[in-house]
Amino acid sequence: MATELTINGNAHTLDVEPDMPLLWAIRDIAGLTGTKFGCGKALCGACTVHVDGQPVRSCSYPVSAAAGRSITTIEGLSEDGDHPLQLAWRALNVPQCGYCQSGQIMSAAALLERNPKPSREDIDAAMSGNICRCGTYTRIRAAIQQAAGEDSTEQAS
Amino acid sequence: MSGIKQLSRREFLKRTGQGTGGLVLALSFAGCARSPDATSAEGAGDGLPEFVPNVYVNLKTDGSLEIHCHRSEMGQGIRTCLPQIIADEMDADWDRLVLVQAPGGEQYGDQNTDGSTSIRQQFDLLRNAGASAREMLLLAAAELWQVERGELTARNHAVHHEASGKTAGFGELVEAAAGQPLPEEVAFKSPEDYRYIGQSMDLIDGFDMTTGRADYGIDTVLPDMLYASIERPPAYRGSIVSVDDSAARSVAGVIDVVRMPESTSPPVFNPLGGVAVLASNTWAAQQGRKALKIEWDAGVNAVYDSETYKQEIIDTSHAEGSPILNRGDVAAALGEADRVVEADYYAPHLSQAPMEPPAATARINDDGSCDVWSCTQNPQSVQQTVAGLLGIDKTAVNAHVTLLGGGFGRKSKADFSAEAAWLARETGRPVKVTWTREDDIQQGYLHSVSAQYLQASLDTDGKATGWLHRTVFPSIGSTFNAETAGPGGFELDLGFVDNPFDIPNMRLETGEAKAHVRIGWLRSVCNIYHAFAVSSFADELAHAAGADPKDYLLDLIGPARLIDPADDGANYGNYGQSLEQHPIDTARLSAVIEKTAEMANWGRDLPEGRGLGIAAHRSFLSNVGAAAEVSVTDDGKLRVEEMWLVIDAGRVINPDRVVAQMEGAGIFGMSIALHGEITAKAGGVVQSNFDTYPVVRIGEAPTAINVHIMDLDAPPGGVGEPGVPPIAPAITNAYFAATGKRVRELPLRKAGLV
Repeated sequence: MATELTINGNAHTLDVEPDMPLLWAIRDIAGLTGTKFGCGKALCGACTVHVDGQPVRSCSYPVSAAAGRSITTIEGLSEDGDHPLQLAWRALNVPQCGYCQSGQIMSAAALLERNPKPSREDIDAAMSGNICRCGTYTRIRAAIQQAAGEDSTEQAS
Repeated sequence: MSGIKQLSRREFLKRTGQGTGGLVLALSFAGCARSPDATSAEGAGDGLPEFVPNVYVNLKTDGSLEIHCHRSEMGQGIRTCLPQIIADEMDADWDRLVLVQAPGGEQYGDQNTDGSTSIRQQFDLLRNAGASAREMLLLAAAELWQVERGELTARNHAVHHEASGKTAGFGELVEAAAGQPLPEEVAFKSPEDYRYIGQSMDLIDGFDMTTGRADYGIDTVLPDMLYASIERPPAYRGSIVSVDDSAARSVAGVIDVVRMPESTSPPVFNPLGGVAVLASNTWAAQQGRKALKIEWDAGVNAVYDSETYKQEIIDTSHAEGSPILNRGDVAAALGEADRVVEADYYAPHLSQAPMEPPAATARINDDGSCDVWSCTQNPQSVQQTVAGLLGIDKTAVNAHVTLLGGGFGRKSKADFSAEAAWLARETGRPVKVTWTREDDIQQGYLHSVSAQYLQASLDTDGKATGWLHRTVFPSIGSTFNAETAGPGGFELDLGFVDNPFDIPNMRLETGEAKAHVRIGWLRSVCNIYHAFAVSSFADELAHAAGADPKDYLLDLIGPARLIDPADDGANYGNYGQSLEQHPIDTARLSAVIEKTAEMANWGRDLPEGRGLGIAAHRSFLSNVGAAAEVSVTDDGKLRVEEMWLVIDAGRVINPDRVVAQMEGAGIFGMSIALHGEITAKAGGVVQSNFDTYPVVRIGEAPTAINVHIMDLDAPPGGVGEPGVPPIAPAITNAYFAATGKRVRELPLRKAGLV
């Protein structure tokens, strides 16, 4: 079945089963591998993308539900990899293995869209669906605060 | 871990130049000064002259410098740290660096990225790779300019002749350097001249990892590729009675269904058996797999129930075991004691659960050779395992290494790479195998469950006079030898035999424990449960003696001295390195404890419901101290508020990556302490995904994880693993300080504390 959707501003017509999770349509059919598989049950957040600006766990979101909508993946978050969050992530050397960071950044970007100055509690609440097994959480908090123009050291002390 | 080896005398001699800038013998590199063999270097082959003094360095005429990283990146930062060492000794310009990931090949030496070995075992090798390249460039310039080598200096990617003012960029010297013989001796830089070593260079992969461009094992795509999902037996050694794949074959997108080879005994790294469904995409393969109807023979391990087994190993730990180390007369000390304290500690199986589940892609070439791309910690093991399964020579297996989305020991096993290779041969098409999270948690190689029994005698002053410790756990040795019935020597070395306490009577014993699941490494391995038991029991003794836990711990460790377990009749491998270079130095262990206590402001008054705990442990040749502050709510729930971690890893290459590894170890250790538990029923793992096998999430992360690196001019120790072991006991000791309640079984979730 042909499903039409827009990924990172580009129109795609994907010939996929309607119940295929958006994750696999993005990765295996559209060929964008920056969005990661981690659990398949919306438990870890590695697959987080934006659908019409809202963060969704693409592993548990049928591609049919995305038809006609605008999808943003990590590859489309910014033109040159210079979204304030991406800059902060690099400035603080947040990644260790890096695998979960696409999903972390996409969740954080959705947070800052609706809450440009999140508190530590706001960050923890918004990011609680994203697991990092390497344990970069304290740097993730600091990077979000830095991208939001907040002084992370003040809150940490 | 698996790579622990005793140094040969020749290797030991090679390492004696360790330290500060002395002359050393050049290591015998497999490469030489010529154009690289196209099969040994993935980035080679543009036809221009190159200077390839060894397999790690490839300098081009335009001055660009390829450094070949032969170790796997799994979050520890090796792809940044390894070139720091080579580029520094070579006096190369960091901005001219092009990093190439090396495939599997013996010419690179040991590539097994486990045991926190990459820097601690290969610092000299990597310094030599850079220093010998620099030396050959200097000799080339001396020849060209007809001046003495001693009049020349290398600086920032160029050779300079100060007397004449002549300068030649490294790129200009490529052809002349390629004609130089490998130097027999090279001088290492003095540490004060380091330019990159000791600096927090930014991550080489930082841009790719934050933009979705980084390629992991799961991301490989080949033309005409099939996507596979494999239904494996519920228990190890289970096998297929019958398969009905008709429904699976009718699922849209499914192309083929293939029987996997049955598991072997011992398991080694061979596939587990089962049935693979191959399709035009991952989802279709997973749907087809769900439609399989398989009747299983559960096999010999269906008897395994981890609850029953728990009692068995606890019982074993209560009986006299095989002596591993003996000092003085523990029985007499216990008999004469003013007081005897005893305790049982228990820690369950764990799953490594890297965020990227195992994934591999394989292709069989027309000449019968095989290319495999996988998130492997050990590409040479991929070569060996795939070659064994396919019946081809290991040199016909090209093992390409992607980034690893976490490893933690899981990806040191080549089983998933072997599955992909098998399916590529059976189908005649390239195949990618992607494990689901359920596959990963239920069918991997589990961290071993363990029971620890400890007994100590105290005199009237509360001073420990005797220490009996028994450890019982199924061995990783069972993965390689089916007859293995208990802990192996290398496992007892991990935080058990190397006990640092100055107690006149000490006896360490072990007992039998047969494995019923595949046992494998998990970050820090046996140090996890040994440190939990030893550091908890030290805290228990302190409280029994009415002493401050930090002061008592320092008293237990006693005066500054070097310990050799051989003095008490034990064999000790010291992580494959010499005690001369990497001593068990109680002064260094005590120093990290003092520093940890200072940072945590040990001894301060805490509000009701708060507690501070401390622990310290030497592993992988590094000493780590950990303090945790916990709060306990009125309804008994624990929260880790803040942590302080101190590491003495000798010389460090990239301080920020060391800090990152310690922060990560803090979170990983918290997951072990609070949540981690794998149980088994009828031989199969009960847990399946992050709902039933939870790990720490951001909301549980402490407000701060404060890290200090001791500044020492000593040979490098391990960094990736040593931070983990002291975390759990620091937390449980803090919980005791807050509540007066002792937790002797992990995880704390079991006791309803989280």
